[in-house]
Amino acid sequence: MAQKVVDAVKAKFGDAVVATSSEHGDEVITVKRDKLLAIATFLKDDPAMSFEVPVFVTTIDLAHWQPLGRRGAPDEGTRPAYDADASDGLRFEVCYQLRSLKHRHRIRVKVQVKETDTKVPSLTPLWPGFNWQERETFDMYGIRFDGHPDLRRIYLYDEFVGYPLRKDYPKDKRQPLVRRPDLVGDH
Amino acid sequence: MADLKTLVLGKKDIADLDTETEMPHELMTVNMGPSHPAMHGTVRIVLTVDGERIVKGDVQPGYLHRCFEKEAEHATYTQIFPYTDRLNYVSPMINNCGYAMAVEKLLGITDRIPRRAEFIRVIVSEISRITDHMTCVGASAMELGAFGPFLFLLKAREWLYTLLEEVSGARLTHSYVRVGGVGKDLPAGWLPKLAARLTETEAALAEAEQMLNLNKIFRDRMAGVGAISREDAIAWGQTGPVGRAAGIDYDVRKDHPYSVYPEFEFDVPLGTTGDCLDRYLVRVEEIKQSMRILRQAMAALPDGPVMIDDGHVALPPKAEAYNTIEGMIRHFKHIVDGIKVPAGEAYTFVEGGNGELGFFIVGDGTGRPYKCYVRSPSFVHLSTAEKIFKNHLIADIVPIFGMINMIGGECDK
Repeated sequence: MAQKVVDAVKAKFGDAVVATSSEHGDEVITVKRDKLLAIATFLKDDPAMSFEVPVFVTTIDLAHWQPLGRRGAPDEGTRPAYDADASDGLRFEVCYQLRSLKHRHRIRVKVQVKETDTKVPSLTPLWPGFNWQERETFDMYGIRFDGHPDLRRIYLYDEFVGYPLRKDYPKDKRQPLVRRPDLVGDH
Repeated sequence: MADLKTLVLGKKDIADLDTETEMPHELMTVNMGPSHPAMHGTVRIVLTVDGERIVKGDVQPGYLHRCFEKEAEHATYTQIFPYTDRLNYVSPMINNCGYAMAVEKLLGITDRIPRRAEFIRVIVSEISRITDHMTCVGASAMELGAFGPFLFLLKAREWLYTLLEEVSGARLTHSYVRVGGVGKDLPAGWLPKLAARLTETEAALAEAEQMLNLNKIFRDRMAGVGAISREDAIAWGQTGPVGRAAGIDYDVRKDHPYSVYPEFEFDVPLGTTGDCLDRYLVRVEEIKQSMRILRQAMAALPDGPVMIDDGHVALPPKAEAYNTIEGMIRHFKHIVDGIKVPAGEAYTFVEGGNGELGFFIVGDGTGRPYKCYVRSPSFVHLSTAEKIFKNHLIADIVPIFGMINMIGGECDK
């Protein structure tokens, strides 16, 4: 449905596009981090694209990614298993889902970042609706959105240590709220 | 007379009053919530006020955070249904359907869901939409002092909850839909009961409307309050009744049709001003349109199975599970390991009670999702609250908050 969007971005930004895919009718385009803002601006402002609506922001933590095929064998078809020791070690995939009211097409833009450097340019200046969504992603995964006007935790308290939706955060870990005024505002 | 002049704000002369343009003011911080009688749902608002006027309202959700995503990553695909019930707990059936559709999309069986199951999903979803809107309208009216409509609407809501209880066994947390169909067929004699209740619900809605639509107090509190322009509503991601009140012609059932919705005839009401009164009117009209869909769906409900005939997705029939070893093993593997969903990712969205309700699921070939994100409309709408509150009076928070219809379970996940 949105294949022409993918083609247009590829034609205009060429080597900034890392990968594209289309599964289950969802077009996905993975771009380089330093070109995200330019591509997002193009997607929003170009009349043939006009993605006016911010839908959601989230992150996929690939730390435990080991896909299985039928009968439990490793899956060869999809994205390979994550290897932390590999030189690129891109652990997080930040996903931005966009929708166009005018053309009724949708696209998911992805940026991959390393565990040691989780900075991603914020798209809140373009779509104010991403404000809380980016705060949620920061709260849950520790992705730092550069240029976000108000990057604070949103669901959890400031004293919370760690990022609960990362795969290495144990599900049964307890963190009672202890007021530590010295920790407020410092993650 | 001279004494009276002295009394007016300590001014000697009336003429002096005109020269004073404004009272000296000082900003004050007021804490509202997390538990406040005029706000349904637990959310905290730290207001900075200039007298009664709101300068800034910092909305802080999270008091109902139940780790939906983390729990979902550790549960089998079927075990997640009870968690989805608790997202938007006034319209759980729509959450059930949206989640089931997301898993079906990953499995690639969307086209193979039996038609009867699709119709039943539409029927229970539309009943849920009616209960959702009725709760929103009734509770908001009550918060503005109109207790009568609240009672009429909640009486009707209870009739519909009773019907859903007959279908699913639970009044509020239904867990009725399954991946590949629905849990069980409609009970015998249920459709005539629904038809009768719909007529009564229509009467109850008409009563409530009579008490609200031309009520001067209600209109004064709602009209012109909390208005948002169409452009802002789009940029902030508003959907559903709130977005449509601002004039965004977007309804997932029409724009990205799913299930059997293309077979039904219904209208999408639109507002013009985007204020609280329009949000109220859009919701009331949507209740009527849902009834229209329900009547068409009841008339066209086909016969047939309600669960997909696929051993990878459906549980074996009970007779088989209890009497044959193969059936028992299949049952056991299904419960313990879960439905094997191939690796991949998909975003599926439906028209929820409050707007676009989406599930973004990443499967890794096992019986549990690798990631299960929910795009909850309440969360998106609540993020716009701060913008809407600005320059309103503290008393206006109540209708604005009521008409945004923030549902704690859905917003806080």
